[in-house]
Amino acid sequence: MKLAEIRADGKGLAELDGCRHVVDLSLVNGVSPGAYLIVHAGYAIETLDQESADATLSLFEEMAKEVASETRSANAEP
Amino acid sequence: MKYIDGFRNPEAAAQFVRQIVAQGRALDEQGRRVHVMEVCGSHTMAIGRYGIRSLLPGNVELISGPGCPVCVTAPGYIDAALALAGRGAIVATFGDMVRVPGSDSDLTACRSQGGDVRVCYSPGAALELARRQPDRDVVFLAIGFETTIAPMACLVEEAQRQGVKNFSLLTAFKRVPPALRALLSDPEIRIDAFLCPAHVSAIIGTLAYDPIAADGRVPCVIAGFEPLDILYGVHGILAQVLNRQAKVENLYARVVRPEGNPKAQAMIARFLEPVDAAWRGLGVIPASGLALRSEYAMFDAAKKFGIAVCPGRQQAGCRCGEVIKGKIRPSACALFAKVCTPENPVGPCMVSAEGTCAAYFKYGLPDKTQGEKK
Repeated sequence: MKLAEIRADGKGLAELDGCRHVVDLSLVNGVSPGAYLIVHAGYAIETLDQESADATLSLFEEMAKEVASETRSANAEP
Repeated sequence: MKYIDGFRNPEAAAQFVRQIVAQGRALDEQGRRVHVMEVCGSHTMAIGRYGIRSLLPGNVELISGPGCPVCVTAPGYIDAALALAGRGAIVATFGDMVRVPGSDSDLTACRSQGGDVRVCYSPGAALELARRQPDRDVVFLAIGFETTIAPMACLVEEAQRQGVKNFSLLTAFKRVPPALRALLSDPEIRIDAFLCPAHVSAIIGTLAYDPIAADGRVPCVIAGFEPLDILYGVHGILAQVLNRQAKVENLYARVVRPEGNPKAQAMIARFLEPVDAAWRGLGVIPASGLALRSEYAMFDAAKKFGIAVCPGRQQAGCRCGEVIKGKIRPSACALFAKVCTPENPVGPCMVSAEGTCAAYFKYGLPDKTQGEKK
Protein backbone atom coordinates (compact mmCIF):
# COMPACT_ATOMS: atom_id res chain seq x y z
CA MET A 1 0.00 0.00 0.00
CA LYS A 2 1.17 3.53 -0.73
CA LEU A 3 1.07 5.91 2.19
CA ALA A 4 -1.05 8.90 1.19
CA GLU A 5 -1.04 10.90 4.40
CA ILE A 6 -0.34 10.75 8.11
CA ARG A 7 -3.26 11.82 10.29
CA ALA A 8 -3.00 14.01 13.37
CA ASP A 9 -3.38 10.90 15.59
CA GLY A 10 -0.25 9.38 14.00
CA LYS A 11 -2.11 6.76 11.99
CA GLY A 12 -1.54 6.52 8.26
CA LEU A 13 -3.98 6.54 5.37
CA ALA A 14 -2.67 4.18 2.71
CA GLU A 15 -4.04 3.52 -0.76
CA LEU A 16 -4.55 0.22 -2.51
CA ASP A 17 -6.52 -0.10 -5.74
CA GLY A 18 -8.04 3.33 -5.21
CA CYS A 19 -9.28 2.59 -1.68
CA ARG A 20 -7.88 4.24 1.42
CA HIS A 21 -7.16 2.22 4.55
CA VAL A 22 -6.20 3.30 8.05
CA VAL A 23 -2.80 1.82 8.90
CA ASP A 24 -1.07 1.81 12.27
CA LEU A 25 2.48 3.12 11.84
CA SER A 26 3.83 2.34 15.30
CA LEU A 27 6.10 -0.53 14.12
CA VAL A 28 7.95 1.49 11.46
CA ASN A 29 10.30 4.44 11.76
CA GLY A 30 10.40 7.66 9.81
CA VAL A 31 7.84 6.99 7.11
CA SER A 32 6.45 9.80 5.02
CA PRO A 33 3.74 10.05 2.34
CA GLY A 34 4.77 8.33 -0.87
CA ALA A 35 6.37 5.36 0.92
CA TYR A 36 5.16 1.88 0.08
CA LEU A 37 4.16 -0.05 3.20
CA ILE A 38 3.97 -3.76 3.89
CA VAL A 39 0.79 -4.04 5.94
CA HIS A 40 -0.28 -6.96 8.12
CA ALA A 41 -3.31 -7.03 10.42
CA GLY A 42 -3.72 -3.28 10.06
CA TYR A 43 -0.11 -2.49 11.01
CA ALA A 44 2.71 -1.41 8.73
CA ILE A 45 5.43 -3.97 9.49
CA GLU A 46 8.03 -2.70 7.03
CA THR A 47 8.60 -0.22 4.24
CA LEU A 48 9.49 -1.17 0.69
CA ASP A 49 13.08 -0.34 -0.26
CA GLN A 50 12.36 1.11 -3.68
CA GLU A 51 16.00 1.05 -4.78
CA SER A 52 16.21 -2.67 -4.05
CA ALA A 53 12.84 -3.33 -5.69
CA ASP A 54 13.97 -1.47 -8.82
CA ALA A 55 17.23 -3.46 -8.93
CA THR A 56 15.29 -6.75 -8.80
CA LEU A 57 12.88 -5.51 -11.47
CA SER A 58 15.82 -4.58 -13.73
CA LEU A 59 17.17 -8.12 -13.37
CA PHE A 60 13.78 -9.56 -14.31
CA GLU A 61 13.48 -7.18 -17.28
CA GLU A 62 16.90 -8.30 -18.53
CA MET A 63 15.78 -11.92 -18.32
CA ALA A 64 12.60 -11.10 -20.22
CA LYS A 65 14.63 -9.36 -22.94
CA GLU A 66 16.79 -12.46 -23.38
CA VAL A 67 13.68 -14.53 -24.07
CA ALA A 68 12.28 -11.90 -26.44
CA SER A 69 15.53 -11.64 -28.42
CA GLU A 70 15.85 -15.44 -28.68
CA THR A 71 12.26 -15.66 -29.89
CA ARG A 72 12.98 -13.01 -32.55
CA SER A 73 16.11 -14.90 -33.68
CA ALA A 74 14.22 -18.18 -33.88
CA ASN A 75 11.42 -16.58 -35.89
CA ALA A 76 13.96 -15.00 -38.26
CA GLU A 77 15.48 -18.38 -39.14
CA PRO A 78 14.24 -19.88 -42.40
CA MET B 1 1.57 -0.87 -10.96
CA LYS B 2 5.21 -1.73 -11.53
CA TYR B 3 5.77 -3.13 -8.02
CA ILE B 4 3.18 -5.82 -8.78
CA ASP B 5 3.15 -6.30 -12.56
CA GLY B 6 6.94 -6.30 -12.77
CA PHE B 7 7.07 -9.35 -10.50
CA ARG B 8 4.64 -11.24 -12.74
CA ASN B 9 6.43 -10.77 -16.06
CA PRO B 10 5.71 -13.96 -18.07
CA GLU B 11 8.86 -13.70 -20.26
CA ALA B 12 11.10 -13.48 -17.22
CA ALA B 13 9.21 -16.41 -15.69
CA ALA B 14 9.87 -18.46 -18.85
CA GLN B 15 13.57 -17.69 -18.59
CA PHE B 16 13.65 -18.68 -14.91
CA VAL B 17 11.85 -21.93 -15.69
CA ARG B 18 14.35 -22.69 -18.43
CA GLN B 19 17.25 -22.14 -16.05
CA ILE B 20 15.57 -24.19 -13.30
CA VAL B 21 14.99 -27.05 -15.73
CA ALA B 22 18.70 -26.93 -16.63
CA GLN B 23 19.58 -26.99 -12.93
CA GLY B 24 17.27 -29.99 -12.46
CA ARG B 25 18.99 -31.78 -15.34
CA ALA B 26 22.42 -31.14 -13.81
CA LEU B 27 21.21 -32.52 -10.47
CA ASP B 28 19.65 -35.51 -12.20
CA GLU B 29 22.99 -36.31 -13.80
CA GLN B 30 24.37 -36.55 -10.27
CA GLY B 31 21.43 -38.76 -9.29
CA ARG B 32 20.09 -36.14 -6.91
CA ARG B 33 16.53 -35.23 -5.91
CA VAL B 34 15.87 -31.99 -4.02
CA HIS B 35 13.16 -31.56 -1.40
CA VAL B 36 12.40 -27.89 -0.77
CA MET B 37 10.06 -27.04 2.09
CA GLU B 38 8.15 -23.76 2.04
CA VAL B 39 7.15 -22.61 5.51
CA CYS B 40 4.64 -19.91 4.78
CA GLY B 41 0.94 -20.28 4.04
CA SER B 42 1.05 -17.37 1.60
CA HIS B 43 3.84 -19.13 -0.32
CA THR B 44 1.77 -22.34 -0.33
CA MET B 45 -1.18 -20.51 -1.87
CA ALA B 46 0.96 -18.54 -4.36
CA ILE B 47 2.72 -21.74 -5.51
CA GLY B 48 -0.70 -23.27 -6.15
CA ARG B 49 -2.25 -20.17 -7.71
CA TYR B 50 0.56 -19.70 -10.24
CA GLY B 51 0.97 -23.41 -11.00
CA ILE B 52 4.63 -23.33 -10.00
CA ARG B 53 4.85 -27.04 -9.08
CA SER B 54 3.93 -27.99 -12.64
CA LEU B 55 6.83 -25.89 -14.00
CA LEU B 56 9.55 -27.58 -11.96
CA PRO B 57 11.66 -30.58 -12.99
CA GLY B 58 10.54 -33.97 -11.67
CA ASN B 59 13.48 -34.23 -9.29
CA VAL B 60 12.68 -30.92 -7.57
CA GLU B 61 9.86 -31.22 -5.08
CA LEU B 62 8.15 -28.41 -3.20
CA ILE B 63 6.79 -29.60 0.14
CA SER B 64 4.40 -27.48 2.18
CA GLY B 65 5.44 -27.21 5.81
CA PRO B 66 3.93 -25.70 8.96
CA GLY B 67 3.39 -22.22 7.52
CA CYS B 68 -0.28 -21.73 8.28
CA PRO B 69 -0.89 -20.36 11.80
CA VAL B 70 -4.44 -21.67 12.00
CA CYS B 71 -3.32 -25.16 10.95
CA VAL B 72 -0.56 -25.51 13.53
CA THR B 73 -2.83 -24.48 16.40
CA ALA B 74 -3.63 -27.52 18.55
CA PRO B 75 -7.29 -28.61 18.94
CA GLY B 76 -7.10 -27.97 22.71
CA TYR B 77 -6.78 -24.25 21.97
CA ILE B 78 -10.24 -24.28 20.37
CA ASP B 79 -11.51 -26.21 23.42
CA ALA B 80 -10.20 -23.35 25.60
CA ALA B 81 -11.89 -20.74 23.39
CA LEU B 82 -15.16 -22.68 23.65
CA ALA B 83 -14.79 -22.78 27.42
CA LEU B 84 -14.34 -18.99 27.48
CA ALA B 85 -17.45 -18.49 25.35
CA GLY B 86 -19.25 -20.83 27.74
CA ARG B 87 -18.35 -18.49 30.58
CA GLY B 88 -20.03 -15.60 28.82
CA ALA B 89 -17.02 -13.88 27.25
CA ILE B 90 -17.23 -12.39 23.78
CA VAL B 91 -14.76 -14.45 21.74
CA ALA B 92 -13.34 -12.27 18.95
CA THR B 93 -11.34 -13.93 16.21
CA PHE B 94 -10.05 -13.88 12.66
CA GLY B 95 -12.61 -15.58 10.41
CA ASP B 96 -10.64 -18.77 9.69
CA MET B 97 -10.73 -19.86 13.31
CA VAL B 98 -14.50 -20.18 13.62
CA ARG B 99 -14.54 -23.40 11.59
CA VAL B 100 -11.44 -25.04 13.04
CA PRO B 101 -12.46 -28.17 14.93
CA GLY B 102 -11.64 -28.53 18.59
CA SER B 103 -11.73 -31.94 20.25
CA ASP B 104 -15.53 -32.17 20.13
CA SER B 105 -16.93 -28.96 18.64
CA ASP B 106 -16.05 -25.65 16.97
CA LEU B 107 -16.84 -21.97 17.35
CA THR B 108 -19.47 -22.02 14.59
CA ALA B 109 -21.48 -24.60 16.52
CA CYS B 110 -20.87 -22.62 19.71
CA ARG B 111 -22.28 -19.50 18.05
CA SER B 112 -25.35 -21.35 16.79
CA GLN B 113 -25.96 -22.48 20.36
CA GLY B 114 -25.87 -18.91 21.67
CA GLY B 115 -22.18 -18.34 22.25
CA ASP B 116 -21.02 -14.80 21.50
CA VAL B 117 -18.37 -15.30 18.80
CA ARG B 118 -17.43 -12.29 16.67
CA VAL B 119 -15.28 -12.24 13.55
CA CYS B 120 -12.84 -9.32 13.38
CA TYR B 121 -10.85 -8.25 10.33
CA SER B 122 -8.13 -6.73 12.48
CA PRO B 123 -7.10 -7.21 16.11
CA GLY B 124 -7.72 -3.50 16.64
CA ALA B 125 -11.43 -4.12 15.99
CA ALA B 126 -11.51 -6.48 18.99
CA LEU B 127 -10.06 -3.78 21.25
CA GLU B 128 -12.62 -1.31 19.92
CA LEU B 129 -15.33 -3.87 20.69
CA ALA B 130 -14.10 -4.08 24.29
CA ARG B 131 -14.13 -0.28 24.58
CA ARG B 132 -17.71 -0.14 23.35
CA GLN B 133 -18.91 -2.91 25.68
CA PRO B 134 -17.15 -2.26 29.01
CA ASP B 135 -19.59 -4.56 30.83
CA ARG B 136 -18.48 -7.62 28.80
CA ASP B 137 -15.17 -9.48 28.68
CA VAL B 138 -13.71 -9.59 25.18
CA VAL B 139 -11.14 -12.29 24.46
CA PHE B 140 -9.22 -12.15 21.17
CA LEU B 141 -7.92 -15.43 19.79
CA ALA B 142 -4.30 -14.41 19.44
CA ILE B 143 -2.63 -16.94 17.17
CA GLY B 144 0.07 -16.37 14.59
CA PHE B 145 3.73 -16.18 13.75
CA GLU B 146 6.13 -13.29 14.28
CA THR B 147 4.37 -11.14 11.65
CA THR B 148 1.15 -11.18 13.65
CA ILE B 149 2.77 -11.26 17.08
CA ALA B 150 4.30 -7.78 16.71
CA PRO B 151 0.93 -6.07 16.02
CA MET B 152 -0.58 -8.02 18.95
CA ALA B 153 2.11 -6.65 21.27
CA CYS B 154 1.15 -3.14 20.09
CA LEU B 155 -2.46 -3.96 20.87
CA VAL B 156 -1.63 -4.91 24.46
CA GLU B 157 0.27 -1.65 24.82
CA GLU B 158 -2.74 0.26 23.52
CA ALA B 159 -5.14 -1.60 25.83
CA GLN B 160 -2.86 -0.79 28.77
CA ARG B 161 -2.50 2.86 27.77
CA GLN B 162 -6.25 3.27 27.40
CA GLY B 163 -6.98 1.34 30.60
CA VAL B 164 -9.21 -1.21 28.86
CA LYS B 165 -9.59 -3.85 31.57
CA ASN B 166 -12.17 -6.09 29.88
CA PHE B 167 -9.86 -7.05 26.99
CA SER B 168 -7.53 -10.04 26.93
CA LEU B 169 -5.73 -12.41 24.56
CA LEU B 170 -5.88 -16.19 24.46
CA THR B 171 -2.37 -16.63 23.13
CA ALA B 172 -0.99 -19.43 20.98
CA PHE B 173 1.84 -17.55 19.31
CA LYS B 174 4.44 -19.54 17.41
CA ARG B 175 8.02 -18.75 16.39
CA VAL B 176 9.25 -20.04 13.05
CA PRO B 177 13.00 -20.72 13.72
CA PRO B 178 12.45 -23.38 16.46
CA ALA B 179 9.99 -25.18 14.15
CA LEU B 180 12.57 -25.26 11.35
CA ARG B 181 15.08 -26.82 13.74
CA ALA B 182 12.52 -29.40 14.91
CA LEU B 183 11.71 -30.33 11.30
CA LEU B 184 15.40 -30.80 10.47
CA SER B 185 15.87 -33.13 13.44
CA ASP B 186 12.87 -35.30 12.48
CA PRO B 187 14.14 -38.52 10.86
CA GLU B 188 10.77 -39.06 9.11
CA ILE B 189 11.11 -36.00 6.91
CA ARG B 190 13.70 -35.20 4.28
CA ILE B 191 14.37 -31.51 3.78
CA ASP B 192 17.22 -30.31 1.57
CA ALA B 193 16.40 -26.60 1.69
CA PHE B 194 13.96 -24.08 3.13
CA LEU B 195 12.11 -21.47 1.11
CA CYS B 196 11.82 -19.10 4.05
CA PRO B 197 8.75 -16.99 4.76
CA ALA B 198 8.61 -13.44 3.45
CA HIS B 199 6.88 -11.37 6.09
CA VAL B 200 7.99 -13.39 9.11
CA SER B 201 11.49 -12.65 7.84
CA ALA B 202 10.67 -8.94 7.66
CA ILE B 203 10.27 -9.08 11.45
CA ILE B 204 13.04 -11.52 12.46
CA GLY B 205 15.59 -10.66 9.74
CA THR B 206 17.88 -12.86 7.71
CA LEU B 207 20.35 -13.28 10.59
CA ALA B 208 17.81 -15.46 12.42
CA TYR B 209 18.38 -18.20 9.85
CA ASP B 210 22.19 -18.25 10.01
CA PRO B 211 22.44 -20.93 12.75
CA ILE B 212 19.78 -23.07 11.01
CA ALA B 213 21.60 -23.02 7.67
CA ALA B 214 24.93 -23.71 9.38
CA ASP B 215 23.83 -26.43 11.83
CA GLY B 216 21.34 -28.10 9.49
CA ARG B 217 23.54 -27.73 6.42
CA VAL B 218 20.55 -26.57 4.36
CA PRO B 219 20.17 -23.53 2.15
CA CYS B 220 17.69 -21.02 3.61
CA VAL B 221 16.44 -18.69 0.88
CA ILE B 222 14.02 -15.86 1.62
CA ALA B 223 11.64 -15.00 -1.21
CA GLY B 224 8.59 -12.79 -1.75
CA PHE B 225 5.09 -13.90 -2.73
CA GLU B 226 4.93 -12.99 -6.41
CA PRO B 227 5.48 -15.72 -9.00
CA LEU B 228 8.87 -14.38 -10.09
CA ASP B 229 9.90 -14.08 -6.44
CA ILE B 230 9.17 -17.76 -5.90
CA LEU B 231 10.91 -18.90 -9.09
CA TYR B 232 13.87 -16.69 -8.14
CA GLY B 233 13.89 -18.40 -4.72
CA VAL B 234 13.82 -21.91 -6.19
CA HIS B 235 16.56 -20.93 -8.64
CA GLY B 236 18.69 -19.63 -5.76
CA ILE B 237 18.14 -22.80 -3.75
CA LEU B 238 19.09 -25.09 -6.65
CA ALA B 239 22.20 -23.04 -7.37
CA GLN B 240 23.29 -23.58 -3.75
CA VAL B 241 22.43 -27.29 -3.85
CA LEU B 242 24.44 -27.74 -7.06
CA ASN B 243 27.39 -25.96 -5.48
CA ARG B 244 26.91 -27.94 -2.25
CA GLN B 245 26.44 -24.71 -0.29
CA ALA B 246 24.18 -24.12 2.71
CA LYS B 247 23.82 -20.43 3.37
CA VAL B 248 21.16 -17.81 3.97
CA GLU B 249 20.26 -15.85 0.86
CA ASN B 250 17.89 -12.92 0.87
CA LEU B 251 16.06 -12.61 -2.44
CA TYR B 252 13.38 -10.37 -0.90
CA ALA B 253 15.74 -7.54 0.01
CA ARG B 254 13.16 -4.96 -1.01
CA VAL B 255 11.39 -5.77 2.27
CA VAL B 256 13.63 -7.97 4.45
CA ARG B 257 16.73 -6.54 6.16
CA PRO B 258 19.49 -8.59 7.80
CA GLU B 259 18.52 -7.37 11.26
CA GLY B 260 14.77 -7.51 10.59
CA ASN B 261 12.52 -4.90 12.17
CA PRO B 262 14.16 -3.92 15.50
CA LYS B 263 11.14 -1.88 16.59
CA ALA B 264 8.84 -4.89 16.15
CA GLN B 265 11.34 -7.16 17.91
CA ALA B 266 11.53 -4.73 20.85
CA MET B 267 7.74 -4.67 21.19
CA ILE B 268 7.61 -8.47 21.17
CA ALA B 269 10.37 -8.73 23.78
CA ARG B 270 8.74 -6.12 26.00
CA PHE B 271 5.39 -7.88 26.29
CA LEU B 272 6.13 -11.54 25.59
CA GLU B 273 8.54 -14.24 26.67
CA PRO B 274 9.47 -17.61 25.14
CA VAL B 275 7.51 -20.67 26.28
CA ASP B 276 7.26 -24.27 25.13
CA ALA B 277 4.43 -24.55 22.62
CA ALA B 278 2.28 -27.40 21.28
CA TRP B 279 2.12 -27.52 17.49
CA ARG B 280 -0.42 -29.64 15.66
CA GLY B 281 1.61 -32.35 13.98
CA LEU B 282 4.94 -31.38 15.49
CA GLY B 283 4.09 -31.82 19.17
CA VAL B 284 5.63 -29.67 21.89
CA ILE B 285 8.70 -27.75 20.73
CA PRO B 286 10.79 -26.09 23.47
CA ALA B 287 10.76 -22.27 23.45
CA SER B 288 8.81 -22.21 20.18
CA GLY B 289 5.97 -20.12 21.55
CA LEU B 290 5.55 -16.70 23.12
CA ALA B 291 3.27 -15.88 26.05
CA LEU B 292 2.50 -12.62 27.83
CA ARG B 293 4.97 -11.76 30.58
CA SER B 294 3.63 -12.06 34.14
CA GLU B 295 3.39 -8.27 34.53
CA TYR B 296 0.79 -8.28 31.74
CA ALA B 297 -1.20 -11.22 33.19
CA MET B 298 -4.34 -9.04 33.26
CA PHE B 299 -4.35 -9.30 29.45
CA ASP B 300 -3.76 -13.07 29.45
CA ALA B 301 -7.17 -14.74 29.09
CA ALA B 302 -5.95 -18.16 30.26
CA LYS B 303 -4.64 -16.68 33.53
CA LYS B 304 -7.49 -14.20 33.97
CA PHE B 305 -10.17 -16.91 33.65
CA GLY B 306 -8.15 -19.84 35.03
CA ILE B 307 -8.45 -21.79 31.78
CA ALA B 308 -5.91 -24.51 30.99
CA VAL B 309 -5.02 -25.03 27.33
CA CYS B 310 -4.58 -28.81 26.85
CA PRO B 311 -3.37 -30.55 23.66
CA GLY B 312 -6.87 -31.85 22.79
CA ARG B 313 -7.81 -34.54 20.26
CA GLN B 314 -7.63 -34.46 16.47
CA GLN B 315 -10.74 -35.56 14.50
CA ALA B 316 -10.79 -39.29 13.70
CA GLY B 317 -9.17 -40.02 10.34
CA CYS B 318 -7.82 -36.48 9.92
CA ARG B 319 -4.15 -36.48 8.88
CA CYS B 320 -3.55 -32.72 9.12
CA GLY B 321 -0.68 -33.37 11.52
CA GLU B 322 1.22 -35.35 8.90
CA VAL B 323 0.37 -32.81 6.17
CA ILE B 324 1.72 -29.99 8.33
CA LYS B 325 5.00 -31.86 8.82
CA GLY B 326 5.32 -32.41 5.08
CA LYS B 327 5.24 -36.14 5.71
CA ILE B 328 2.30 -36.75 3.36
CA ARG B 329 0.58 -34.80 0.62
CA PRO B 330 -3.12 -34.03 1.20
CA SER B 331 -4.17 -36.63 -1.39
CA ALA B 332 -2.73 -39.36 0.85
CA CYS B 333 -5.44 -38.61 3.41
CA ALA B 334 -8.53 -40.77 2.85
CA LEU B 335 -10.79 -37.84 3.80
CA PHE B 336 -9.27 -35.33 1.35
CA ALA B 337 -11.73 -34.00 -1.27
CA LYS B 338 -14.23 -36.70 -0.33
CA VAL B 339 -15.35 -36.19 3.25
CA CYS B 340 -13.14 -33.15 3.86
CA THR B 341 -13.80 -30.20 1.52
CA PRO B 342 -13.70 -26.41 1.94
CA GLU B 343 -17.50 -26.48 2.38
CA ASN B 344 -17.31 -29.20 5.04
CA PRO B 345 -13.76 -29.19 6.40
CA VAL B 346 -12.71 -31.89 8.85
CA GLY B 347 -9.24 -30.53 9.63
CA PRO B 348 -7.71 -27.05 9.89
CA CYS B 349 -5.58 -27.47 6.76
CA MET B 350 -8.80 -27.47 4.74
CA VAL B 351 -10.40 -24.67 6.77
CA SER B 352 -7.74 -22.04 6.49
CA ALA B 353 -7.32 -19.90 3.39
CA GLU B 354 -3.59 -20.62 3.78
CA GLY B 355 -3.92 -24.33 4.58
CA THR B 356 -2.10 -26.93 2.50
CA CYS B 357 -5.22 -29.05 1.94
CA ALA B 358 -7.22 -25.96 0.91
CA ALA B 359 -4.42 -25.03 -1.54
CA TYR B 360 -4.32 -28.55 -3.01
CA PHE B 361 -8.09 -28.66 -3.28
CA LYS B 362 -8.25 -25.28 -4.99
CA TYR B 363 -5.13 -25.44 -7.15
CA GLY B 364 -3.49 -28.83 -6.75
CA LEU B 365 -5.24 -30.24 -9.77
CA PRO B 366 -3.12 -33.33 -10.36
CA ASP B 367 -4.07 -34.79 -6.99
CA LYS B 368 -7.70 -33.72 -7.11
CA THR B 369 -8.24 -34.70 -10.75
CA GLN B 370 -6.69 -38.11 -10.24
CA GLY B 371 -9.10 -38.69 -7.38
CA GLU B 372 -12.05 -37.59 -9.48
CA LYS B 373 -11.07 -39.74 -12.44
CA LYS B 374 -11.13 -42.82 -10.29
